[in-house]
Amino acid sequence: MHMADALINPAVGGTMWIVTAGLIAYCARKVKQTMNDKLVPMMGVLGAFIFAAMMINFSIPGTGSSGHLGGGLILTILLGPYAAFLAISSVLVVQAFFFADGGLLALGCNIFNLGFFPAFIAYPFIYRAIARDEHGTLRAWIAAIVAAVVGLQLGAFGVVLETKASGISELPFGAFVLLMQPIHLAIGIVEGLATAAVVAFVARARPEALFAARADEESQNSLRPVLIGLLIATVIVGGAASWFASTHPDGLEWSIVKVSGKEEVSGTEDNLHKGLGRIQEKTAFLPDYGFKSTEPEAAPAEKTAAEPEPWPAISAGTSLSGIAGGLITLGLAGLIGFALKARHAGV
Amino acid sequence: MDELGRLDTPVHRLDARAKVITTLIFIVVVMSFPRYEVSALMPFFLYPFTLLALGRIPFGYIFRKILIAVPFALVIGMFNPLLDRQTIASVGAWSISGGWLSFASIMLRFFLTVSAALALIACTGIHRLGAGLERMCVPQVFVVQLLFLYRYLFVVADEGARMMRSMELRSAGPRSLRLRVYGSLVGHLFLRSMDRADRVYRAMVSRGFSTVGGSASGGNGEIRVLCQTSFRWTDWAFIGGWTAFFAVARIWNLANALGRMVAGGGS
Amino acid sequence: MSHHLVEVRDLHFTYPDGTDVLKGVSFRITHGESVALVGANGAGKSTLLLHLNGYLTPTRGEVRIGDAPLTRATVVSARRAVGMVFQDPDDQLFMPTVFEDVAFGPLNAGLPPNEIEHRVVSALERVGMSHLRNRPPYKLSAGEKRAVAIATVLAMSPDVLVMDEPSAHLDPRGRRRLIELLASFKHTKIIATHDLEFVVELCSRVIVLDDGKVMAEGPTVELLNDEALMLAHGLERPHSLRHLHPH
Ligand SMILES: Nc1ncnc2c1ncn2[C@@H]1O[C@H](COP(=O)(O)OP(=O)(O)OP(=O)(O)O)[C@@H](O)[C@H]1O
Ligand SMILES: [Mg+2]
Repeated sequence: MHMADALINPAVGGTMWIVTAGLIAYCARKVKQTMNDKLVPMMGVLGAFIFAAMMINFSIPGTGSSGHLGGGLILTILLGPYAAFLAISSVLVVQAFFFADGGLLALGCNIFNLGFFPAFIAYPFIYRAIARDEHGTLRAWIAAIVAAVVGLQLGAFGVVLETKASGISELPFGAFVLLMQPIHLAIGIVEGLATAAVVAFVARARPEALFAARADEESQNSLRPVLIGLLIATVIVGGAASWFASTHPDGLEWSIVKVSGKEEVSGTEDNLHKGLGRIQEKTAFLPDYGFKSTEPEAAPAEKTAAEPEPWPAISAGTSLSGIAGGLITLGLAGLIGFALKARHAGV
Repeated sequence: MDELGRLDTPVHRLDARAKVITTLIFIVVVMSFPRYEVSALMPFFLYPFTLLALGRIPFGYIFRKILIAVPFALVIGMFNPLLDRQTIASVGAWSISGGWLSFASIMLRFFLTVSAALALIACTGIHRLGAGLERMCVPQVFVVQLLFLYRYLFVVADEGARMMRSMELRSAGPRSLRLRVYGSLVGHLFLRSMDRADRVYRAMVSRGFSTVGGSASGGNGEIRVLCQTSFRWTDWAFIGGWTAFFAVARIWNLANALGRMVAGGGS
Repeated sequence: MSHHLVEVRDLHFTYPDGTDVLKGVSFRITHGESVALVGANGAGKSTLLLHLNGYLTPTRGEVRIGDAPLTRATVVSARRAVGMVFQDPDDQLFMPTVFEDVAFGPLNAGLPPNEIEHRVVSALERVGMSHLRNRPPYKLSAGEKRAVAIATVLAMSPDVLVMDEPSAHLDPRGRRRLIELLASFKHTKIIATHDLEFVVELCSRVIVLDDGKVMAEGPTVELLNDEALMLAHGLERPHSLRHLHPH
């Protein structure tokens, strides 16, 4: 459920970057404080382990299909929340950079969705609460499944919120939720099974390898600052972002308009019309940002109805020249690229 | 990808920070366009193309990498044409719905941002990127373990593949494992990875890496890197030049202007 | 102070899970000696070697490097004096390029950049791997990895070289090169290995370890020719010695 850059707007992507960067800084400090140098190579190697484990499939009991391990929950059980959060982050960084899986702008979102929820919600509040460090028992199996499901549900909901807040996909909120949550319920159960199976094995073969076995008392206590910090950050950022979003639907665009003093050079309509369109767009956007609306279906309906106004009637002439120009520019960019390359080959 | 990052071209010699910053600006600017924008995005291809060309990175290789990642954007973007059927433009007899336009826009942005990210890595290499990140105040613990992850990615994957192979050789049955077997197989892989981490740490310690060995040890939990390039004027020029270009391309639709020029000149 | 002396006195070690591995090991290795540590799988060779640079702390007994016992206070200088080449070079080579890997130790020692450069270049030259300096270590062949791993240790200019199965995974030519390379070193050498031919060519003295104790100790040819002793400890008389001393 990696989000791609193409689905996210800079305001959402940037906000999540800031939140994630703060979390990484905090976790890095925590890891450093443990004074356990061994943790650093361990995080790296276990990150690599997650990659490898994702390639190994098992058959899901009672069905014909197969599944594999997800990353977040097992890493947290093995490394503890702080180290695991960093390890998950770097798994996602490598995926984004080297496998083009998820994008740079979306990196913050992806790390948050796939790292924060399992490490700081599902593990401490669900897994440990249910499993009570009795690895390999039925309790632990149930704990792993429930924790994986909850972690993924939250993560999937995060994807929905972030995508909707970005306003790039047309998918209505309700439909999106209905699409994402059930899929991730299934994925969560599978991930929980896989996680529990591996943890059960490790608990038998080398119990001291599990984080809980060497867990320090403070890890529970020191979770509070993370949550409080995060809550504050969410309120501030959320408040700022929603203000930003509500007054200026397309944050950056708005600021550029302000700087340049005009909308789009190509615009054939007068500014007043556009201005009106913008206002309408804003009002149409608002319900999307207040997700608390009890009937989520209503919001998208309203939105699609209001949509056509903002960018109306691009005249055939403009669009034709747009297409022609676009193709020519693309060709030009390509040509410049190839020319530069050829020059180098020649040298 | 690794070898590419190790090349020595003018782009590779730029400071990693300059490239990271420029690429981030690039992505933010590209993503800030309104949803129906298509033609104005075109000039932005200049950035990844230039980077790849000057960095002597094979285009085909990057292109294949992008294609692998297409499905996700496709799946989400696909709904736009279905849900947004309002006609907002027409070319000749065809009318184009907003959905198709925004779909095209999503795919374009996808290509732009992914190619820029891949170009960044190909023209920088993970080690220079790591050193750059560290000097951009990314916590060291994070950077170091990122480099470790990268280093052991293929080693551990190889180990996993070997285990799978021996498992398959011994079982005539289905390719995917029963849960119990799976647990022990992946569990073994985990233990091996742990042991590996242990041995790596041992090797580091025996070469003077330490956080607890006292101040005399010299090391204090840092991995020190040799290539300490400093920001030169070319780096500033790189950031400044591209940012200016992005700004111009963001404010004026260059492609449209060009199109009008051609159309105007033609008629 | 000379660091070339390595002495182990009544060393005991138990792993945290309760495995008793070393049960009173003692030996003394002096300046410039080249000593082989042999013994069956699981005899405790690797465990013993890990004590020599203070990675493991004995449960009883002591390790002396140079004239000082190895303690928390001396562990830093001991690690500088004892260079350790591990069994699997993949574990030892963790930096992005060969050059950076070799530079890792000197960097940690806090040396000035030009001194580091000098050390790296000469260490790589010494093992004949200068041409690989910008390659990523994990893309090298087993023999190249081994040579680079040795270079990473040489760059720290240790007095004592400790090696765990250095000839494992090498083809005959790689092995031959390694033997020549090691023979050219003036360092005190301690080599744990199963490769007894290797021992015959390189080491003047052998320590036989079995079940955590020193079973025998003496000149290479004499000890390895003792068929009964070799068989008793899971070893085998090397062929080369058979040719030298036919019965
Ligand atoms: N981390 C560990 N925890 C517990 N027991 C261990 C550990 N490492 C090794 N052992 C045990 O200690 C014993 C000695 O192991 P060691 O690796 O020192 O043997 P070795 O002589 O090097 O063997 P080989 O020739 O196979 O390398 C073995 O029985 C092994 O099972
Ligand atoms: Mg061994």
